[in-house]
Amino acid sequence: MQHADSPVLDPIFGRLSLAALPLHEPIVVATFAAVAIGGIAMFAAVTRYQLWGYLWREWITTIDHKRIGIMYMILGIVMLLRGFADAVMMRLQQAMAFGGSEGYLNAHHYDQIFTAHGVIMIFFVAMPLVTGLMNYIVPLQIGARDVAFPFLNNFSFWMTTAGAILVMFSLFVGEFARTGWLAYPPLSGIQYSPDVGVDYYIWALQIAGVGTLLSGVNLLATIIKMRAPGMTLMKMPVFTWTSLCTNVLIVAAFPVLTAVLVLLSLDRYVGTNFFTNDFGGNPMMYVNLIWIWGHPEVYILILPLFGVYSEVTSTFCGKKLFGYSSMVYATVVITILSYIVWLHHFFTMGSGASVNSFFGITTMIISIPTGAKIFNWLFTMYRGRIRFELPMLWTVAFMLTFVIGGMTGVLLAVPPADFVLHNSLFLIAHFHNVIIGGVLFGLFAGINYWFPKAFGFKLDRFWGLVSFWFWVIGFWVAFTPLYVLGLMGVTRRLRYFEDPSLQIWFQIAAVGAGLIAIGIGAMLIQFYVSFRKRKELADTTGDPWDGRTLEWSTSSPPPAYNFAFTPIIHDGDAWWDMKQRGYQRPLGGFRAILMPANTGAGFVLAVLSTAFGFAMVWYMWWLAIASFIGIVGFTIYHTFNYQRDFHLTLDEVVRAEEERTRLLATVRS
Amino acid sequence: MGHALTSEQAADRTLFLQLDEHDHEAGGSTLLGFWIYLMSDCLIFAVLFATYGVLGGNYAAGPGPKDLFDLSLVALNTTMLLLSSMTYGFAMLSSYRKKVAATQVWLLITGLFGLAFLSIELYEFAHMIHEGATPQRSAFLSAFFTLVGTHGLHVTFGIVWLVTLMFQIGRHGLTKANARRLACLSLFWHFLDVIWIGVFTFVYLMGMLR
Amino acid sequence: MKPLRIVKLLPLLAILLGLSACDMVVLNPAGDVAAQQRDLLVMSTWLMLLIIIPVMALTVIFAWRYRHNNREARYEPDWHHSMRLELIIWSAPLLIIICLGALTWLGTHLLDPYRPIDRLSADKELPADTRALQVEVVALDWKWLFIYPQYGVATVNEMAVPVNQPLALRITASSVMNAFYAPHLAGMIYAMPGMETRLHGVLNEAGESEGISANYSGAGFSGMKFKLRGMSDTEFQRWIATARAAQQSLTRDSYLQLAKPSEREPVRYFATVDNQLYDSIVGMCVERGKMCMHDMMAIDERGGLGKAGIYNVARRSSDSPRAVFGSDNSHVIGICAAPLVRAFEDDLLPQVDRSPLRGAGLPRPTPGRSGSLLADIDSLSSR
Repeated sequence: MQHADSPVLDPIFGRLSLAALPLHEPIVVATFAAVAIGGIAMFAAVTRYQLWGYLWREWITTIDHKRIGIMYMILGIVMLLRGFADAVMMRLQQAMAFGGSEGYLNAHHYDQIFTAHGVIMIFFVAMPLVTGLMNYIVPLQIGARDVAFPFLNNFSFWMTTAGAILVMFSLFVGEFARTGWLAYPPLSGIQYSPDVGVDYYIWALQIAGVGTLLSGVNLLATIIKMRAPGMTLMKMPVFTWTSLCTNVLIVAAFPVLTAVLVLLSLDRYVGTNFFTNDFGGNPMMYVNLIWIWGHPEVYILILPLFGVYSEVTSTFCGKKLFGYSSMVYATVVITILSYIVWLHHFFTMGSGASVNSFFGITTMIISIPTGAKIFNWLFTMYRGRIRFELPMLWTVAFMLTFVIGGMTGVLLAVPPADFVLHNSLFLIAHFHNVIIGGVLFGLFAGINYWFPKAFGFKLDRFWGLVSFWFWVIGFWVAFTPLYVLGLMGVTRRLRYFEDPSLQIWFQIAAVGAGLIAIGIGAMLIQFYVSFRKRKELADTTGDPWDGRTLEWSTSSPPPAYNFAFTPIIHDGDAWWDMKQRGYQRPLGGFRAILMPANTGAGFVLAVLSTAFGFAMVWYMWWLAIASFIGIVGFTIYHTFNYQRDFHLTLDEVVRAEEERTRLLATVRS
Repeated sequence: MGHALTSEQAADRTLFLQLDEHDHEAGGSTLLGFWIYLMSDCLIFAVLFATYGVLGGNYAAGPGPKDLFDLSLVALNTTMLLLSSMTYGFAMLSSYRKKVAATQVWLLITGLFGLAFLSIELYEFAHMIHEGATPQRSAFLSAFFTLVGTHGLHVTFGIVWLVTLMFQIGRHGLTKANARRLACLSLFWHFLDVIWIGVFTFVYLMGMLR
Repeated sequence: MKPLRIVKLLPLLAILLGLSACDMVVLNPAGDVAAQQRDLLVMSTWLMLLIIIPVMALTVIFAWRYRHNNREARYEPDWHHSMRLELIIWSAPLLIIICLGALTWLGTHLLDPYRPIDRLSADKELPADTRALQVEVVALDWKWLFIYPQYGVATVNEMAVPVNQPLALRITASSVMNAFYAPHLAGMIYAMPGMETRLHGVLNEAGESEGISANYSGAGFSGMKFKLRGMSDTEFQRWIATARAAQQSLTRDSYLQLAKPSEREPVRYFATVDNQLYDSIVGMCVERGKMCMHDMMAIDERGGLGKAGIYNVARRSSDSPRAVFGSDNSHVIGICAAPLVRAFEDDLLPQVDRSPLRGAGLPRPTPGRSGSLLADIDSLSSR
């Protein structure tokens, strides 16, 4: 509010002043100190070991889909820590704030925390992790050397990161939105949220959204155009299929988010009347539009993981996937149906019984293909030889967890039932049930499954098991109480409570969050321990799990060019088929390979975009104009570069392939 | 290289691998990728159209389309854009015949038509704002300015791109890369035309009938 | 694999504990509408458990039986298709969804919050000539205002209702979106500025419970609670008398004072209420000189006011937040503030069904028979 009555903006700093720095907030100051010390230490270490050049050449400017995939995963895991810290703070607050106590967070902070938790977990944890997985695996699974637009891939990653950085800025400079993660107007309008929070929200999502959309276009073109010869659509691995559908959803859903956020920002900056109360605006428009994006978004997150479960189940049961074609049809049906269910997020808006039942029933129909998928995994296990490696454990845990989440989801799709459970903690428990039990478990299965492919050594089993059990048990301890609380009529986003009988449930939930914290810690330890034991855990074959799809036919980690020769596909489980029919890896006849060249353009554009977003948030018009001109100018400059490829020389290819031959020989001997 | 293969081994391996592969040309997916991008852009317009559809009747006791729109001006404007699409077609034809200068001239004419379109649109906007019919006055005007303005912004970027491409053709000639870029811009330019026909019909013509 | 089972038991255990130990208001409400919503919830759960339980059991059984070191289990690495199984896989969920879909269609129409209730409870018919109690509900920042138009009184953060009397609620909000939720009474519905939603219900048991805003609405949201008091008719009359004896009265000015953001407001009564106030709140025109929404919509319907209407706007006061490039317009000035004439259409509850079910062949609730969901399903199955 402090800036609302000061129409004269500082010409340089806009509405940014020292007051925007939360110097009087001990928690934030301590966090800032920790981040700053960590940052300085990292900066010093990188300088000390002279890694700047290496980082710039090999990572920041890389257009290799594998490295970009890894960077996405790192971004996702780092942001998971931030998002989880928010979750723990909320759990503590709700466990404490009883009997007249307001807990330790005031409304100003608590409301930012639950907003940031939702935004970060969806946009900057789940999305980067899913995109990273697709980026790494899809080109390998279809036998391609890279994605269709390698430069665009690098640019997409840095735009996503730019969005994440803007959200992190809001922690230390100004504040984040206090509106809930979808920022419903009129609350998110300038009238009721005049400060910078919603602007941070808008620009972070817009900038990251550019990245997401372009990466969707990229992967879509990759899957359509770059499949190895012989790989017809019905011979694509299931993960590639689900990725294809996810990217269709991204391309068809994210523009809606972009547009609706543009309208909201016009309301906030220009004073238009799309979602205001006066002058004919209509806030219900926003709710509809944002969910037209929001519901497909849920499937954008879960579909690739359905693919992961399919790959994992088939591999570790040592069996062809049961019902491949019905799996594919189920995926396609879900993709289409996900567009006609959005209204189930607001049955309580009073749309009338016929509209509500239509959307309720379409929602239930989605559970049919989803159920078919579950059965397919089940019958893949049937008469298999199940090896309970970590990825398979996550998959079984997923199947047992997700069906409960699916059931409560269908319950919420019955409009009269939704009238009593909407916006309640039952709803919260439901979507965490499907997002943790479906998306996160799948990501952990995927990480454990493909880690040896990416780094050349397996992940440590003991710490993996610790992480697994703490996560699974922690999840149930944290969210079962929320189901119960929902049935007790307790709704979401409340900061304090009066009824003392509720407290025990919140305390149990907080314990659950603690268990999950141990699970996350164990996962980080797992990475560290595995790195220390990398010799012992090394995978020299490139095929540590006796895999079935093409990514296992190349070395671990794969060479920059992925495949020395493009494979020809005869069967859905291409690599399995090659192994069965006595495929022999060629030892000669290699050729030089045309590869895309690295470029720093994506990084530069993302830095300029971050500056632009920051300037727009704080009304620093000179910086906004300058960075915008910079973006356009630099893009044009970049298009004048016609030399985007280079030949990887024959010597380099031969050297890489001979190293692979040597490694394979160590296995045989 | 000393890695000679016996013919028997080679036959066995070709079953699984493309041994005599040629370099994949970069940009083989560009047109498809650009199409996909255009479809997503189309969805942005779909949202703006839908918004206009919902809010277009909310004049907030202010002026409606009949009070504000000047159909003859809009018809002139539409002509400009349609002509620009035609001249872009001529530019493409010249580029197929590898005539650099002719391509550039047609592009220049296209750009000028585009500029004429933009000038008329800006004049229309300025006139409306001068009369007080600002985007802030009503939800109808907010939706109108945003939909038409977003199209105008696209045309602006199209012109920037077009000028850039004229330089690039001048410098490198009609290489494969430039032909591809011309084709992408062509898709973009015609796409904007299609959108404009939607705007013209849905906003202006039907607005006058309301 | 043993720990897996324990994990599975945990939530079950917790749920059992919860059911026995605490007050699950959603499963045990005091109002008939909420009870029917509960019935639907429970029925749907059982329907789905029909398939969920076998799936979970099979998962565990298969995981155990086909484990790697169990060499006795059959291993068929190439078996991946069975038409018969696929048919079952798709049709089993389909059948359940068909049942659930029918249940949903019926339930959604019968329990539509806009539809006046047609019974008092499972065993109580609606007596002829029953008058519904009208309550006009306004979600303010951050408290609830209840106006009783039939009695001309209003309260803040307390809603008293006589038991076994149908309620007809009209709900709106002053500034941002909220949701009206009294778990004992009926499901929630959004309260939105400039719009009106409706809710019908009845409370069958006397007693005091809590109502809340279920949609986050800003800083004071957590304290935005009200007391729902079910009482006998005589008690209710006494309660009305207490309200009428209050010192304050609710005029436009005192409403504007009340509408200013405040938290954890104590219960307050207003002896009289400006009888156009609620409509002005819905029309967003309590401030004098502001054009009401319904007037504006009527004008827009006729094509607006033309260019002459452009400057018919008031300026914004300097302390109100505005968009940085926005205009100074605050609101449209009213030109002919004709009061909206509105009859209490829900006052006399109908004995004929006014909201027919549009599903072909579905039974309509007939007069004189309790139109409960279960009864309808019974009649469906008895055909």
